[in-house]
Amino acid sequence: MSMATPSTVRALPPSTWGRVRQSRRAADRAMKIIATGFTLLAITVLFWILGMLIVKGVGGLSIATFTQTMPGPGSEGGGLANAIVGSVVLTFLGIAVATPVGVLAGTYLAEYGKGSKLADLIRFINDILLSAPSILIGLFVYVILVEPLGGYSGWAGGVALGIIAIPVIVRTTEDMLRLVPGPLREAGSALGAPPSVVITSITWKAAKSGMVTGILLALARIAGETAPLIFTALNNSFWFSPTLLGGVSNLPVTIYQFASAPYENWQQLAWAGSLIITLSILVLSLVARRIVAGGK
Amino acid sequence: MTAVTDPMSIPAARPQRKTPKGTFDIVFRNASFGSALLVLVLLAGIMISMIIGGWPAFREMGLGFITSSVWDTQNDQYGAWPAIVGTLSTALIALLVGVPLSLGIAVFLTQLAPPWFKQPVSTTIELLAAVPSIIYGMWGLFVFVPLFAAYVQQPVSRVVEGMPIVGTIFYAASPSGLGILSAGIILAFMIIPFIASIVRDMLDQIPSVLRESAYGIGATTWEVVRHVLVPQAGVSIIGAIMLGLGRALGETMAVTFVVGNANRLSASIMDPGSTIASRIANEFNEAIGLQLNALIALGCILFFVTFVVLVIARILVARVKAF
Repeated sequence: MSMATPSTVRALPPSTWGRVRQSRRAADRAMKIIATGFTLLAITVLFWILGMLIVKGVGGLSIATFTQTMPGPGSEGGGLANAIVGSVVLTFLGIAVATPVGVLAGTYLAEYGKGSKLADLIRFINDILLSAPSILIGLFVYVILVEPLGGYSGWAGGVALGIIAIPVIVRTTEDMLRLVPGPLREAGSALGAPPSVVITSITWKAAKSGMVTGILLALARIAGETAPLIFTALNNSFWFSPTLLGGVSNLPVTIYQFASAPYENWQQLAWAGSLIITLSILVLSLVARRIVAGGK
Repeated sequence: MTAVTDPMSIPAARPQRKTPKGTFDIVFRNASFGSALLVLVLLAGIMISMIIGGWPAFREMGLGFITSSVWDTQNDQYGAWPAIVGTLSTALIALLVGVPLSLGIAVFLTQLAPPWFKQPVSTTIELLAAVPSIIYGMWGLFVFVPLFAAYVQQPVSRVVEGMPIVGTIFYAASPSGLGILSAGIILAFMIIPFIASIVRDMLDQIPSVLRESAYGIGATTWEVVRHVLVPQAGVSIIGAIMLGLGRALGETMAVTFVVGNANRLSASIMDPGSTIASRIANEFNEAIGLQLNALIALGCILFFVTFVVLVIARILVARVKAF
């Protein structure tokens, strides 16, 4: 509350006493209109994007979109079945990589490393990774996994997505664990439980819904990532190999390649794919929000 | 005495029961510690891999890699200057457009919106961040760019043609709608949710006593925002803006769709250009040899620029905890 000194609150000159002058009222009204207008503009853009996806995407949706593989150049019809399955596989691979690491690291920051200098550094670096450009993570995985192993693979794609997801999970796990009241932990310790048992069966349980939210948010974050996949999983017009070696088809890169292709059915599929992916991500984000709101 | 020694003998039995738990305890502790260290290793790994991967290009081109404007894959000559300028100018435009919008939204959410209206609007603004980058690219290319070409680029080009300075900056040689300015405007909408939500949280944290006392002496809402809230939030607003800048610098797919992907440098922001990220995304899959190294070297430059921006941003945003 030391900030509450009047030094930042400039005293208004005496001339403004009494009735509110016309110019002050005008400035106030102008600010209110501008702020409301800006908010409306941003909301309009979101609904404009959703409207565009629905108008252009629904026409491309059919049973074939979910059952057939991607069409070759110049061929009729086709679907996105392999891209959808590939995207689901890559995304869950990413989450499978990121969840154990992210949850454990978040646990370290909130429980073991509380107050230590190292934990502060890790927290700071994690926040930077959280906003690091995803294209750099794609390049990184290309240098450490794709180039040495001699080819694109779904594994590299999963690792790249996992690296993007880790900071999200670390951050939410730590925040959620910090909300768990200390006496709960003390009660566990008093019963003779070692720290690991206190954390796994008391703290984690108390923070469960929040931690699940973090994982859902990470899922929403990586499901639409395109740039890192260009360097790692690339794409595949056919069903990918079950070993995930070689290119693995996925929705985002397919959209990128099909959007400005000269074939009409490709463009149709790009719109259909955009609609599918955006709706899934928005639903995921909203569900995650509901869990947080319900948990409070 | 037996009654006393009996409980005393319990500790002898205890280690046996405790040992398995003890091992789990140590493993769990070390696994958490290792995972936390992995975060540091990741950042160091990204830095080192960018430097090593880009090194051949830096060595071959020397300082010319940054200052040269030639990007010639036939003769293996690579200069990053147009991409660097493109990255900085799109990010700058994104800030010029996005920051006023974000601040306006934050003020609306914290000062003007009725309580029942605040939550749905906040969620809607935050959902702008959930929309994938590539979808912004689609919207940009198929909706925004044609409108921008017809209603902004062509009329503006007609007016400014031949004018000194203004004509150079705003004249579009081929008004297709693609270009640095279009990319900057799309980026602005992408960074709004990040800046707006941080500023909103900061304004919410300011003790309401301050606002109330300003209202109490007869200040209007605008004066409360201008003279009380903004000075209080202070540097952390700059931190939020820097965070948006970090996003804008590295954004890839949306920019690749609308920036026009031209390799030459143009003085006009209406002309096509390229950014570091868009060039990497465009050329990477066909790149071999030194071109590949040059692209990773571009990534290296992007890494260091965004790293510095994000470090400053986080330091400034962290100050908000002083409240």
